[in-house]
Amino acid sequence: MKGLAHPMPVTTTATTASEISSEREQVGAGANSSIISARNINVHYGEKPALVNVSVEIPRHQVTAMIGPSGCGKSTFLRCLNRMNDLIESCRVEGDIFLDGEDIHAPQVDVVTLRMRVGMVFQKPNPFPKSIYDNVAYGPRIHGMADSNSELDEIVLNSLERAGLLDEVRDRMHDSAMGLSGGQQQRLCIARAIAIAPEVILMDEPCSSLDPIASARVEDLIDELRQKYSIIVVTHSMQQAARISQKTAFFHLGELVEEGETERIFTAPKDTRTHAYITGRIG
Amino acid sequence: MEQRTDHIVKSYDNELDQIDHIIGEMGVLAASQLKDAIQALVKEDAALAKKVVSGDAAIDALEQEIDTLAVRVLALRQPMALDLRRVVAAMKIGGSLERIGDYARNIANRSQVVTALPGEHGGIRVIERMGGIVDEMIHGVLEAYREANVERAEAVRLRDESVDQLNNSLFRELLTYMMEMPSNITLSMHLLFIAKNLERMGDHVTNISEHVHVMVTGELPEWERPKSDRSSQITSEES
Repeated sequence: MKGLAHPMPVTTTATTASEISSEREQVGAGANSSIISARNINVHYGEKPALVNVSVEIPRHQVTAMIGPSGCGKSTFLRCLNRMNDLIESCRVEGDIFLDGEDIHAPQVDVVTLRMRVGMVFQKPNPFPKSIYDNVAYGPRIHGMADSNSELDEIVLNSLERAGLLDEVRDRMHDSAMGLSGGQQQRLCIARAIAIAPEVILMDEPCSSLDPIASARVEDLIDELRQKYSIIVVTHSMQQAARISQKTAFFHLGELVEEGETERIFTAPKDTRTHAYITGRIG
Repeated sequence: MEQRTDHIVKSYDNELDQIDHIIGEMGVLAASQLKDAIQALVKEDAALAKKVVSGDAAIDALEQEIDTLAVRVLALRQPMALDLRRVVAAMKIGGSLERIGDYARNIANRSQVVTALPGEHGGIRVIERMGGIVDEMIHGVLEAYREANVERAEAVRLRDESVDQLNNSLFRELLTYMMEMPSNITLSMHLLFIAKNLERMGDHVTNISEHVHVMVTGELPEWERPKSDRSSQITSEES
């Protein structure tokens, strides 16, 4: 390795070819079952169709990227998953969505509980005009997740730690969150989302308002978070989708055109529309 | 076949086209170097051999050019799908063509020694045939690359078998020749190395066929490689 400024780290302990191949099998064997199954989803805004017959499986403990040109329906699909579209009067959603086998549209489903289980991080960091501590403590407080102040402290510190923000804010927990940088605010929003222990985190363009360094931190965080959560990211950046996701779904004109392993989608897509989009041939 | 042209950013198309163009140029140069090297041997033309030796630098320079351009495209355009496969294929094909150029130079160098040696050998005719086939293979694979044509790439690859078979038979013949008279050894050894160079050129063209397949389809070919080069197992007893 002499002469290399940044030698490749040796991450394997295997010393023989057979040990290496067995290591590889273990790395490849993840929990592959679906956390969310969406079947035949059709969404209309008034008369206008926004999603047409979309069926997709969202794998557990993986990052799934939704890509496609503006207006293709990817954000609409994301909002179906925690019934955010219920808030839009003209929006009509048809089809079935199962979260861990439970129909999220069943009459007995409490939307607040659903949104606890399926958290969301938005395009622009949107901290509450409160202290850093209170931002993260907000969800656990309203859901009654902590019986004591020390328990709440633990949730807040853990969430900030997992969001990779704790070291940067440890000494100013009671300062206003509005004083944080954009990247820190977005990680605070992620900490706020994970404080209520969701199973799924939806992220709608989480890095689009961040600079490259802050984006890299969030991307690194997303990769770590998938050990514990299943993550769905809507992104305009194909490079970002390629870097952070294991599965990619391409939407175009309200249709799910192609989905599959990220590596395959970006190296050898099957549909000509996917190919045209990812290679920069259509806007 | 996926679309190859018309990116939203036109200069991206220009860069990819430029890579294709250099591959074409390198291929034509490599094939002409091979042809000249064989001619220099057959016609005992030392001046032509010298031209081949000095001409190799042009192929090396083109390979450098491809590498620089490909790295630039990778860094600035972050190509995906077919575009990515085109850039990666170009880098690999450039490497193979550069090696083919090296073998042609080596043949030209040896042809000068062979010309200076006394005596004639029928093996040169076999080498001429091998060179002719490899030359056609190079042109064929360049066409397959230009047209992104997998069938054509496979047809080229299949021709490698005949190069291997000619190499095997020449190996046996030269072995016998050397056993008959030790004074034939120098000439025979040079002819053996020339045949081996041609056999390796055929292998590089086979590699290029495979790169074309991956470039076009995104998948490794399921072709079974013809393994006809038996020269490593031939002994003096059986020749």
